[in-house]
Order: sequence, then C-alpha cells, then structure tokens
Amino acid sequence: MEQTNFQLKQQKTQSNDWSARLHHATRATREDWLGKSISYLCIGVIILVVASMLWFITSKGIATFTQNHVSLGKFLTGTNWAPDQGKIGALPMIVGSFAVTFAAAIVATPFAVGTAIFMTEISPNKGRKLLQPVIELLVGIPSVVYGFIGLAVVVPFMRSIVGGSGFGIISATFVLFVMVLPTITSMTVDSLRAVPRHFKEASLALGATRWQTVSRVILRSATPGILTAVIFGMARAFGEALAVQMVIGNAAIMPKNLISPASTLTSQLTTGIGDTIDGTLPNNALWSLALILLLMSLFFNALVRVIAKRGQLKHER
Amino acid sequence: MNAKRTDFLATVIIDLIVAAVVGILIFLLAYILISGLPHVTWNFLTGTTDAFSGAGGIGVQLFNSFYLLVLTMLISIPISLGAGIYLAEYAKDNWRTSLIRSAIEVLSSLPSVVVGLFGFLLFVVKFKIGFSVISGAIALTFFNLPLLTRNIEESLSAVSRNQREAGLSLGLSKWKTEIGIILPVALPGIVTGIVLSAGRVFGEAAALIYTAGQSAPVTNFADWNPMDAASPLNPFRPAETLAVHIWKVNTEGLATNAAQLSAAASAVLIIAVLLFNLGARLLGNFLYRRVTASK
Repeated sequence: MEQTNFQLKQQKTQSNDWSARLHHATRATREDWLGKSISYLCIGVIILVVASMLWFITSKGIATFTQNHVSLGKFLTGTNWAPDQGKIGALPMIVGSFAVTFAAAIVATPFAVGTAIFMTEISPNKGRKLLQPVIELLVGIPSVVYGFIGLAVVVPFMRSIVGGSGFGIISATFVLFVMVLPTITSMTVDSLRAVPRHFKEASLALGATRWQTVSRVILRSATPGILTAVIFGMARAFGEALAVQMVIGNAAIMPKNLISPASTLTSQLTTGIGDTIDGTLPNNALWSLALILLLMSLFFNALVRVIAKRGQLKHER
Repeated sequence: MNAKRTDFLATVIIDLIVAAVVGILIFLLAYILISGLPHVTWNFLTGTTDAFSGAGGIGVQLFNSFYLLVLTMLISIPISLGAGIYLAEYAKDNWRTSLIRSAIEVLSSLPSVVVGLFGFLLFVVKFKIGFSVISGAIALTFFNLPLLTRNIEESLSAVSRNQREAGLSLGLSKWKTEIGIILPVALPGIVTGIVLSAGRVFGEAAALIYTAGQSAPVTNFADWNPMDAASPLNPFRPAETLAVHIWKVNTEGLATNAAQLSAAASAVLIIAVLLFNLGARLLGNFLYRRVTASK
C-alpha cells in the first residue's frame, strides 16, 4: 500500500516534466537492453569458442612446418610414419581416412536411398511407425558400442572369411557403414519429402510406374539434397575416431589391401597424443594430423554450401 | 509390361534393403543385450574397477557419466538458450548473422576427437588443470552447444508470429515476450532436444579421452564436499566415464574377460541411451499437452 502510494507520488512529480519522462528509458527498454546483452554474450561465447578452436589447432598444426621445418610436400606425400626418428610422412593415414570414408559412403548410399524411398514413396505409414524409430535408434547408439561390436563380431568374421588378423579397412568400412547409414537416410528422406507433390502427380498421370516416377522424377529433382546427405555422412565417417580405431588395426603403413591393418588420421591421433611430449616433433606432427581433420571438416562444410546454392538455382529456373 | 516388371523388381529390392536395415538394428540390439545383460549384476553396477587390468565393476564410471552429463547440461543449457534467443529474435538478416550461423555449423561438424583435442590443449596443457571432470564437461559443452543452440532456435522460431505480436502489443519488451510467452510455448521442443542431446553426451567418448581422462580413482561416496580430493563431486579429479571405459577395456585393458565386461557395460550404456530417447519423447508429449491444453 505504502509502496503504491509512493509510486503514485513519484509519477505525479514526474508527470510535471513530460519531456524528462519521454526521454527517459522505460522499464521495458531497460529489460530489452539487458536481454539483448545476455543473448549477445551467449552468442559471443560460441563465436569465441569457434575462433579459438580454429586458431589453436591451426597454430599447433603448422608448428611442424614452421618450427621443425618439415616440408609440407614431404608431410603430405611421405609414406614413412616414425615420428620418433623424425620421419613424418602422413600419407598412410590420409589414404586410410579417405579409403574408409569413400568405401563407407559407397556402401551406405544405396541402402540409405532405398530406405528413404521406402519411407516416403512405398509405405509412408510403416516408414513413420517402424523405420523412423529404427533410424533414431541407430543414431543413438554410441560410437564406442559400434566399435565394440566391430571388434567382437566384424573382426572375427573377416578373419574367418579372408584370413589374416581381421583388422583393416574393410572392417572399418563395415562399422562406418552402419554409423553413417542413419545420417544419410534421414537427410535423404527430408530431401525426398521436399520434392513438390505435383512433380510426382504429373508423372503418375502420364502413366509412369512408381519406379519410373521415383527414378526419373523424384530422385532426379532431389539429387542436390541426396548429395548433401552423402557428404554429411562422409564428414561423419571421416571424423569418427574410436569405432574406427578399435577395428582398423592402427598400423601406420601404406594400406596395400583392404584386409591388412591400416590407420586413419583419427586413429593415429587417439592412440598417439597421450604418449608424446608437448612441443616435440612427434607431438607437433600429430597436431598437423588434427589440422588436416579440421580442414577436411571445413571443406565438407563448404561443399555442402556449394551444392545447396547450385540446387537452389536449378529449382528457381 | 517391361516397365511394370522393372517396377516390381525395384520394389522387391527396396523391400530387401529395408529388411536388411531393420535386421542390422535388431542384430545390434540383440547382440548387446543378450551377450551383455547376463553379466549386469548389482555388484557390476556398483563395484569398483581394478586400476591395472580394468576388470571389475563400473560403479564409479557410471557415476562419472551422470555427473559429467549434469555439469555439461548446467553449462550448455544457459549459453545455448541465450544464443538461441539471439538467433531467433535479435539476429538481423545480414552478413554478420550468416557468419555466426556458419560458425555454429562449423562447430557442429567438427569431429568430436578434434573438440576433445582442443579441450586437452586448452585445459590440460595450457591451463594445467589436468585430466578432470571440469575439463571434460567443458569439452562436452563445446560439442553440445551448436546442436542445442540450433534446436532451441528452431523451437523458438516455430512459435507463431501472432504470439510475438500479442506480447509486444501489450507493451512488453522483446525480452519479456520471449521469456514469458514464446519460451513456454516452445518448451516441449526444447526439452525433447535437450534430452536427446543428453543421450549423445552420455555416449560420447572421443572428446573425453584426453579431457576427463582414462582413470577412475576410487572415490569416497560418503564424502559429498566438492572441495575434498576424494569426494565424488570434486570437479578436479580425473573421471573416466562408462563410454571411455568400454573403449579402454577393449584397446588397452588387460582384463581376461574384456569381451564380457564391455558387453555388459555396452548393455548398460545402450539401455541408458534408449531411456533418454524414450524419455525425450514422453516428456515432450507430456509438456506439449500441459502447455497447449490439448488432449
């Protein structure tokens, strides 16, 4: 009661001076200012994290070349990885990473597109009730569990079929195939759903069968989206560390075939970074591998953008 | 006739593909649960690990996983909430916003091992905090922020414009409108996103190996003072989580029953993640009904 009286009095005195009141910030303005600062601060934190991540890893990654004076060409094309002896050819890991990534994408894409077609065109009902949860569960399984199953099932299986140790690119491909499958599938589903309905109706009205409609109209017009999905899957495969590390065998030698132990950038990083001393060549060399991972991740990002832009142009025309 | 036969063939092939995908999931779940569950006993869930061989129970790891999850969420939810509100409400459609969006995109597409290494570099090497709960929680926050931010932004933007205009026309500030009107409406979507990301955080290991560390010192569960070295709540002790434990048992462990141990630990991990997924759905639906008053 007292307070409201006080406020009233205050208002009365204030109302005498309209110009002062109008030029004064209201409570809402101050609130807005506060809210704005909070949200700017939060976004600032994220930008700071991204910037410092890029900066730290880049500056660590180029130390191999600036401090240890290893030539970039030798680093990228050398096939001998023995950092203790000063030999740091990263090609085995680069080849390993690209091999498992492409192999997993090639195997997974037909499965993903097939599943997506089923979910959108053949049986949307079953797709929603049965396959949507299946995809979500596959995404939810942690990567160490994939690695463990790879180690317990895939590796012995490969060993019994082709002999050798069972560790290698093909086992890693198997594991990554299952891991990228849900990523590619769910994004393909989105892009198939985005195809305008009248495209499909026009095709069916011309007497085309379902498969003709799917293969010549729907898939064709969803191609940019499907490509984006595949690239996202590849980015995931390229950056996956533990599951791959558990099944690939971690031998830093040029992979001669798909069934002998090999290694990837991520597997070399996870096994090596704890055993090296900060600032030494073996340590710097590992950071250079991390830099390659970072640059590849940026590259995949850029690729997605280019494709999205191209796809837009096509649709507008 | 030919076209029809092709159509039939294609349908059969797609059906087979779908059967294979479903089969893979069933096999994965069945394998883990059948080979793991028989070994999940009360002793296993609460026992301590033998530091040398990695054999024994997973009590400390299980606690660490949950503790890290809680800390990560405590740090990342406020930040991503603020960032999400910025993007949904304050961000103008200009080059600066698109730069911010690309930065978030970049962060979300970075491999988790790179995020972990950054955390290692920052906290363990530069700040010399060592392998600790707090280093791990912040690394997981980096990993979690972009997804959570995007989820919150999408949930906020999905709220009808009318609600915004109604709030503003009542003379409320933008901030008050966002917090008092838009946020409650968007809450079901946000909560679902948070619980789903909790599942992801719970199973993450690559970002933790070099931040939270690979050892789980036996802690004294009777001591709940966060400042004590032996307390489970002490944020500066190393904390191997369940996911990291599975990795370690399989790659470096000397336990003779490594396969059994990791099957059991995987089963626990999978069940936890499944519960998170299920919980996300139920909680989202429940909140949706509460907020929208629809049956």
